[in-house]
Amino acid sequence: MVWRENKNCCRLGETGSLRERRKAVNLIELRKYWYILSLLVIIPGLISLGTRHMNFGIDFTGGSLLEIQFSQPVTDTAIQAVMADQKLPSDSEIQLSNGNMAMIRTRALTQDESNSLVSALQQKIGPLSLQSDNKVDAVVSSELMRNAALAVLIAFALMLVYIAIRFEFWFALAAIIAIFHDILVTVGLASIFWLQIDSASVAAILTIAAYSVHDTIVIFDRIRENVKVRKKGEPLDELIHYSIMQTLTRSINTVMTVLFCLLALILFGGVTIRDFMIMLLIGVISGAYSSIFNASPLWFDFKRLRGESAATR
Amino acid sequence: MAGKKQRRNTNKQQQKQTAPESPQPEPTAAGAANQQSPNTAPRRAAPVPGDAPAPGGTRTVGGGAGFSGPGGPNRPQARRQTTNWADAGILGLIVLAIAAIVIFTAKPIASELQKHLGLDLQGGVSVIYQAVPSPGAPVNSDSMNALRNNMVRRVDALGVTEPTIQIENGNRILVELAGIKDPEQAVSVIGQTAHMEFKTEDGKVVLTGADLKSAQAQINTSTSQPEVALTFDSAGAKIFAQVTAANVGKTISIYLDNQLLTNPVVQEAIPSGNAVINGGFKTLQDAQNTALQLNAGALPVQVTTIEKTTVGPTLGQDSLNRSLHAGMIGLVLVFLFMLFYYRVPGVVADLSLIVYALIMAGLYLLVHATLTLEGIAAFIISLGMAVDANILIYERLKEELRAGKTLRSSFDAGFRHALTTILDCNVNSLIGACVLYYFGSSDIKGFAVTLFIGVFTSLFTAVTFTRLIMNLLVSSRLVLNPKWYGVRTKIAAALAKPAV
Repeated sequence: MVWRENKNCCRLGETGSLRERRKAVNLIELRKYWYILSLLVIIPGLISLGTRHMNFGIDFTGGSLLEIQFSQPVTDTAIQAVMADQKLPSDSEIQLSNGNMAMIRTRALTQDESNSLVSALQQKIGPLSLQSDNKVDAVVSSELMRNAALAVLIAFALMLVYIAIRFEFWFALAAIIAIFHDILVTVGLASIFWLQIDSASVAAILTIAAYSVHDTIVIFDRIRENVKVRKKGEPLDELIHYSIMQTLTRSINTVMTVLFCLLALILFGGVTIRDFMIMLLIGVISGAYSSIFNASPLWFDFKRLRGESAATR
Repeated sequence: MAGKKQRRNTNKQQQKQTAPESPQPEPTAAGAANQQSPNTAPRRAAPVPGDAPAPGGTRTVGGGAGFSGPGGPNRPQARRQTTNWADAGILGLIVLAIAAIVIFTAKPIASELQKHLGLDLQGGVSVIYQAVPSPGAPVNSDSMNALRNNMVRRVDALGVTEPTIQIENGNRILVELAGIKDPEQAVSVIGQTAHMEFKTEDGKVVLTGADLKSAQAQINTSTSQPEVALTFDSAGAKIFAQVTAANVGKTISIYLDNQLLTNPVVQEAIPSGNAVINGGFKTLQDAQNTALQLNAGALPVQVTTIEKTTVGPTLGQDSLNRSLHAGMIGLVLVFLFMLFYYRVPGVVADLSLIVYALIMAGLYLLVHATLTLEGIAAFIISLGMAVDANILIYERLKEELRAGKTLRSSFDAGFRHALTTILDCNVNSLIGACVLYYFGSSDIKGFAVTLFIGVFTSLFTAVTFTRLIMNLLVSSRLVLNPKWYGVRTKIAAALAKPAV
């Protein structure tokens, strides 16, 4: 298999005649490589998920998270000493940023405990302002877990039904597998990059799912349209390839505009939503990839296995 | 209108005649013509885009005056078109109207939105209390309503405007106080479940916090002294009547968690259940503090804090500024991208994005939605989908133009095809938003609502506004060269070549 320039092509999507197009590189023919590329991203993610799990925020684990801004530079040993005085667990996490901003994550504190911790820090270390103080009880976090899983499953089922009605079942199945791919990529990379998983991440996952289906539908819509005017003897893989090429500019441009917004928010936005935005960024890119390189080839494979493709060369 | 139709017919005839003879400028274009046309477009027939030639029209059209396409400065098609000034005028008026609306509403909208900031943006506290049943104090709808009323009173005493206090799941209470200066103190006061007892001089407990309905600080109208008014429930009132009657001249003290709060002397029997404590308060603030503590001790059921988020005011302000700043940068990039890539339709896209943003802001104010960080994120994501609607339409338009259709029919076909796609996509996003709303926690609900409104608005603007403007643009014949619709030069050159 070799890559070469398609000299007969004037524009993307405006490939030459049937005979000429046959010589050109066909995305569907190369599908094995696209699947492998996906696996190359997903498998390390799965390994990371299996070995070190995810960076679950207190939304999922329960606990307290305090953000404290000191008026002078502070060290984590100083904070640790105060925490030990307060009989707080030694495995509490302390994260410093900008020298005087401290993030303390520990077990769920009662209001009295967090008040006394803050006043002790004030006494021993110096003037401070409590930027935020979050606490989540274990009851709530287990509910969140359950609701998150339920939300994703129900959204999947509804989208499957909708696409099956508007298109056909095999399109729906391919689209859902593509979403699943995007979620695996996002979750796996979130584990590798140790992004914080909180309740907003559930929103990110569902947004990614919606966005991925969005992309997939645009291509399927074109395949459906082209199938209607399919020429006799035209192989299905070429039709799919052609459909992808026709919608390619749109796919790229849309991803570009979304990326502009996301990158702006990641680079210049507040720290609080950065991990959320990075997850969206990963998911959006994966969604664009999967709709072109996974969903459409998968649909072709489904059709081929059912003997409806007439694609053998 | 009739004349226009006629002209178009003439054009079609012309196309039929000229097409077979028209020299194909590129071998590739020949390929394009030979291949099956999935757009059900006619074979590449009309090299002349735009509407029919007008008999007397010799002027160069606006927008066409400045450029020289690959077809040369004397492209015949430019000379054969007349601008429809009525449509062009309407177009201009709409653009002016939008500009005026933006100029005059931007500030009021921004200041209105600032009033409904979520607590992540203006600082504040969100707490979820869970009621815990204890002997004699079961958790049911009565006790939960009483608990809620109690918390409302405590929050009022803190002087918070527009608090959210609602019962969730039957046994939880969500309290959200935005813009509060000392969130930690608020949480302490609201969730305090001090055990309150009323004791006689001999130490006998006569009443508990459960019997007290409310306590309120006030200024006595005749003496002008601050005082605290107490109201007991009906059972409490009966006991209080007996106890006060039996203890005139003696003290009945109030203990919170076995600590003496106050020990007023009974002046007279109080049969009504409405009592006043006065004399000991130096200021109204003093009386208010006592009232607050009395209310604090009067929770009908025990509560524990299961979730708490407090955000200091500076962090909130910082987040708001940063995300607005970042959002603006993103928006400008998108605007520029659309402008440079799609050119004239890019201008239409930018206009429709402005209209989209205006409608979103209007809806936001209408439903009194609170602006949160997640909300801003959802807005930007749905903006991306709104841009996608435009991209879908223009890409389709370009394809139809490349297939050799006239501007008018390209526009009609482009919209028809793109809209089904947009509809299918958006229905799916709406499904996602609904599921999120149904299962999400309160901050995710905000995200879902914004996403829902956003997707809906983008669908609406694509179908109405973008279509209207593009329609006017096409029928005004202001811009005819496909180059200005983003069709690349090679093809534009092919299309711009004279037909004969």
